[in-house]
Amino acid sequence: MIVGERKSVTEILEMTKGYDRIFVAGCGTCVTVCLAGGEKEVSVLSSLLKINGKKQGHEVKVVEGTIERQCEREWVGEMKDKVRDAEAVLSMACGIGVQLVAEMYPEKPVLPALNTTLMGFPTQHAIWLENCRACGDCILHLTGGICPVTRCAKQLMNGPCGGSQNGKCEVDSQTDCAWALIYYKLKAMDRLDWMSKIQPPKRWDIAGHSGPRKTVKEEEVVP
Amino acid sequence: MAAEAVAAVKKGTEADASFQPRIVAFCCNFCAYAAADLAGSMRLNYPPNARVIRLPCSGKIEILYLLRAIEDGADGVMVMGCLDGDCHFLNGNYRAKKRVAAAKKLLEEVGIEPERVEMYNLSSAMASKFAEMIADMTEKVRRLGPSPLGTGVAK
Ligand code: SF4
Ligand code: SF4
Repeated sequence: MIVGERKSVTEILEMTKGYDRIFVAGCGTCVTVCLAGGEKEVSVLSSLLKINGKKQGHEVKVVEGTIERQCEREWVGEMKDKVRDAEAVLSMACGIGVQLVAEMYPEKPVLPALNTTLMGFPTQHAIWLENCRACGDCILHLTGGICPVTRCAKQLMNGPCGGSQNGKCEVDSQTDCAWALIYYKLKAMDRLDWMSKIQPPKRWDIAGHSGPRKTVKEEEVVP
Repeated sequence: MAAEAVAAVKKGTEADASFQPRIVAFCCNFCAYAAADLAGSMRLNYPPNARVIRLPCSGKIEILYLLRAIEDGADGVMVMGCLDGDCHFLNGNYRAKKRVAAAKKLLEEVGIEPERVEMYNLSSAMASKFAEMIADMTEKVRRLGPSPLGTGVAK
């Protein structure tokens, strides 16, 4: 899933300064599951905006609303009444949602309440580990299901480097060396031969290093 | 109260004894609420400032409940759970403690004294401790003075 975390309240207050009617928009998908921008977090942030307003002696009108997904036009379209009545939209979606809301309501300021931090899964409740960087050419079938693009600090395709120490990465002793993980995994699978194959350099152009990428599923595109 | 007096109270230099803070006390069912019950049976005296709300476990506390209480004009909010290591649901009180800490941080960011929200731990047998805790919080909040949002707490 896409994982985010709320910006500091101080930063959000700075962003929303001067707006007296704010629509705090949550997203019911990834950021709900990662406890950053769902219904609950929308209520907490709204309450803080109201407390801050009241404290300064003026009522801030805060409207809450969480839609299924802020990254799809159909759902974002459903927000139109709440958007119309507000001076600004404070979106608690990931950066994708914020951008779609901004695109669909070009006359409104759309403010990001979250920082989009990573794509990954939880290793335990409330802790998420980055697992994928959407490199555009997945090699997990060669690495025992462990992604070196994401989890190796040097993004080595033929690791480990000389700095791998007792299973930890030389860049940070608290982080597992991705290539040590790959080695032990392949060993357990009896497929260490996969590791001795030299991997050619990766195509970084399709990994997002030459501008935005586009995915097209041709047969489904309406003519 | 004159503005200077409020400021003086806020600094904690003097408490206005006539100020009756409104405090919301979220009590866990198995320890805090039972202790409150026992305090009643024992006819213990404690300040009438706290409105008790029973939770099935202190772990049910949400940051939102704490914020809403402040938003609606409470001068102070207490979360009362079992003693450390003794939660009826194993770790609900640890969850509560973390949420109280998080709520304090949030309140500070919007300019509300974090001391208006506090966590307390006690067992179901500690009736006099319960009375003391209510008195303690009442006194603390009295020193802080009325909440800047003081519009009267929800009945
Ligand atoms: S190899 Fe690429 S697509 Fe596959 S998990 Fe890693 S970053 Fe994601
Ligand atoms: S120690 Fe491992 S994870 Fe770290 S840079 Fe080297 S190969 Fe990559």
